[in-house]
Amino acid sequence: MENSSSNNRFRSAVFNHDDEDQDKEYVGFATLPNQVHRKSVKKGFDFTLMVAGESGLGKSTLVNSLFLTDLYKDRKLLNAEERITQTVEITKHTVDIEEKGVKLKLTIVDTPGFGDAVNNTECWKSVADYIDQQFEQYFRDESGLNRKNIQDNRVHCCLYFISPFGHGQMDGENAPSVDEIESLHNRWLTKRSSKRLQSHLRPLDVEFMKALHEKVNIVPVLAKADTLTPSEVKKKKMKIREEIEQYGIKIYQFPDCDSDEDEEFKQQDLELKESIPFAVIGSNTVVEAKGKRVRGRLYPWGIVEVENSAHCDFVKLRNMLVRTHMQDLKDVTRETHYENYRAQCIQSMTRMVVKERNRNKLTRESGTDFPIPLVTGGTDSETEKLIREKDDELRRMQEMLQRIQNQMHTKRDAY
Amino acid sequence: MNQQASVGNAMMPDTVVSSGVGGMYGEKAGGPVDFSYVGIDAILEQMRRKAMKQGFELNIMVVGQSGLGKSTLMNTLFKSKVSRKSVLATAQEKIPKTVEIKSISHDIEEKGVRMKLTVIDTPGFGDQINNENCWQPIMKFINDQYEAYLQEEININRKKRIPDSRVHCCIYFIPPTGHCLRPLDVEFMRRLSKVVNIVPVIAKADTLTLEERDFFKKKIREELQANGIDVYPQKEFDEDAEDRMINEKIREMIPFAVVGSDQEYQVNGRRLLGRKTKWGTIEVENIAHCEFAYLRDLLIRTHMQNIKDITSSIHYEMYRVRRLNENNTAVAHTNGLPEHHLTAHEM
Repeated sequence: MENSSSNNRFRSAVFNHDDEDQDKEYVGFATLPNQVHRKSVKKGFDFTLMVAGESGLGKSTLVNSLFLTDLYKDRKLLNAEERITQTVEITKHTVDIEEKGVKLKLTIVDTPGFGDAVNNTECWKSVADYIDQQFEQYFRDESGLNRKNIQDNRVHCCLYFISPFGHGQMDGENAPSVDEIESLHNRWLTKRSSKRLQSHLRPLDVEFMKALHEKVNIVPVLAKADTLTPSEVKKKKMKIREEIEQYGIKIYQFPDCDSDEDEEFKQQDLELKESIPFAVIGSNTVVEAKGKRVRGRLYPWGIVEVENSAHCDFVKLRNMLVRTHMQDLKDVTRETHYENYRAQCIQSMTRMVVKERNRNKLTRESGTDFPIPLVTGGTDSETEKLIREKDDELRRMQEMLQRIQNQMHTKRDAY
Repeated sequence: MNQQASVGNAMMPDTVVSSGVGGMYGEKAGGPVDFSYVGIDAILEQMRRKAMKQGFELNIMVVGQSGLGKSTLMNTLFKSKVSRKSVLATAQEKIPKTVEIKSISHDIEEKGVRMKLTVIDTPGFGDQINNENCWQPIMKFINDQYEAYLQEEININRKKRIPDSRVHCCIYFIPPTGHCLRPLDVEFMRRLSKVVNIVPVIAKADTLTLEERDFFKKKIREELQANGIDVYPQKEFDEDAEDRMINEKIREMIPFAVVGSDQEYQVNGRRLLGRKTKWGTIEVENIAHCEFAYLRDLLIRTHMQNIKDITSSIHYEMYRVRRLNENNTAVAHTNGLPEHHLTAHEM
C-alpha cells in the first residue's frame, strides 16, 4: 500500500497542482518543511535523559511513568550494608518507542549510588566524567574521516531530583509568609541565622548542580511531591528558585516566546517558567477513582492522580520534556554545552602541544606522542593549523609583553 | 485488592489492569484518558517550528552557452525576477572573455516558509573559440565554497548555524541540436558530476517535435551512461526501495526538455506563462507541451531537501576527506609535494 502511493507520488505532484498553479505566485517550496519531515520520520530521533538524585526519591518510577516503559523490571535493590561500599555507577537503558509512525530511541542514564554513601565528597565526578566522555566521543567522530553514521550519545537533559524533606518548618504560625521571604531575601545574603529560613537545597544538591550546569541542561525536579500541601509546594518552589539564583546555578532556561505567538502559548510559557522545580509524583499503577480509571497512588485518605495538574506537575514536565521542548534541549546541548567542551578541548590540546614543543623540538613524525584524542591522520592537519595560529598569537603576545616590560624598565630607570 | 496491588508493585507496571499501561505501542485503553500515549510525535511539530523560524537556503548554479534561456528559466522557476539579468539593469550583453561567476541572492517567502535563494550564473561558459578548461573556474568556485564551509567547521568558536554557500545543484543547459551531446557537454558533465549534483536540461525545447525530443533524450542518456556520468538523481545514492522507485521514473525522463517564459498570455480564458508564436502558444506549465513542470517539481516540490542532503553528506564529505588526506600527506613529507601532484588531486 505504501509502495503504490509513493509510486504515484512524483506523478501526482505534477497533476494535482492545478489549483495552486492558478495562484500565479505559488512556486511550491512551501513543501520544504514536509520534505525535511519525511526524512526525519524515516531516520527516527534519539534522546538521552539522565536522572540523578539520592536513592528512594522515585526516579525510576518517574522515568517509567513519563515514557510508559518498564525499564527497571529486573532491578535488585541493595540493602544498607551492600550500599556502604558502593560507588556511583552510571547505568544506561535504551528503549525504542514508536508512536504514530515516529520512532524515538530513548536512552536513560541512571546514577545509582549517588549521594548514598556516608562520605559523598565528589560523588558527582563520575557523572561529570561520563558526560565529558560522550562529548569526547562525539568530537572524535565529528573530526574523523567517515561521518556517515555518527551516534549521538550526548546527554541532552539531566533531571535532578530534590528531596521534599528539606529543612525549615513550613507549617503553622511559624511559617514565614511569601512576602516575608521576599523582603528578607537581601538580609539573608548577609546573615543566615534565622532558623526558619533554612536552605532547601542541601550542600550536595548545590555542588552537583554547580559541577554540571555548564555541561548539561539541568531541570530540577521536586520529588515525591505528595508529601507536601499545595501551599508548602508553592513556598518551597520559590525558595528553591531563589537559592538556585543565589548560588549562581545555571539551570535550563526555557526559550522566550516570540512576540508573534498567540496569547495561549505565551500564557503556557509563563506558567512553565514559574513551575520550576517541577513538583512530581510518579506512578505506574492504574487505580479506580470515582468510577474512572486514573494513573495514581492510592492512600487511605484519597487518591493522588498523577496526570491531574491540580495534584502535581507531572503533566507539565512530560509535556515540556517530550512534546514541546525536546528539540530545544537537544539544540542547547549541541550549540552551547558541546561547543564549550569542544572549544576548551581544542585550546587545552594546543596548550599541551605548545608546552611539549617548547620542551623538546618535535619532528612531525612523532605526532603520536601527543595525547590528542583525534583520529591520527586526518585531523592532525587541523590541529597543526591551529597550533601554528596559536604559536603566532603566543609569539605576538610575548613580543608585546616584552615591549611593555622594556618600557616599564626605561621608565623606572628614568626616575 | 487495588490497594495491595499498588503498594506491592510500586516499581512495576500493574498487572491487574493490563490493557492500560502495557500498551505502549499505540493501543488505546478504554475511556477518555489515553494511558498509552506519550506524545513523541510532537517532536515533528517542534522541528517544523524551528525550521520555519530559521528559514532555508538554496544555491543553484546555471551553466550553459549564452542565449540558451538560463536567466529566463530561473525567473520562471521562481516566478520572480531572480536572475542576474533582471537584477543588474546595466548587464552588458557582451560575451565576457573568460568564464565569470556571478551570484545573486534573494530572500523569498511562501506560506510562511522563508528561503534565501542564490542563483549563480556563469556567463562566458562555452562561448569562446577555444573552450578548453572553461570548466576550471566553475570547479574552483564549487571547491571554494566547500573550503569555506570546512574552515568554518573546524574553527574553534563556530557559528551556531554555519552559512551554507555550497552549490546544491547545477543545471546544465544542453542546446537543442537534436543529435547528441557535444564534446564540451561531455567534458564538463564528466568532471562536475563528481563534485556537484548535475541536472541536465534540454534548453529551448520548443524547436523539437515530440519524436525528435524522445530520440534526443535517448541519445543523451546513452551517452551519459557510456561516459560514466552520474547525473542527479544518482543511482548509488538511492536510500531504499521507495526512493529507488521514484528516482527510476525520474531517470527515465531526464534530461527534461524545458521552455522558459516570464510573459503571460490568455489561453482558454486563463492567463498562463507561455511563448506566443504564429502557429500557437506554448504553455510552459503544460506537460503536454514541455517538461518544465517536471523540472520544477523535482527541484522544488519534492527533491529539494534531498538535493541539499546529497550535497552535504556526500559531495562535501568527499571534499573534506580529500582535503584532510591531502594536508596530511603534504605535512608528512619534509619537502613539499611537487605542484602537479597537488593539482591532480583537485581535478
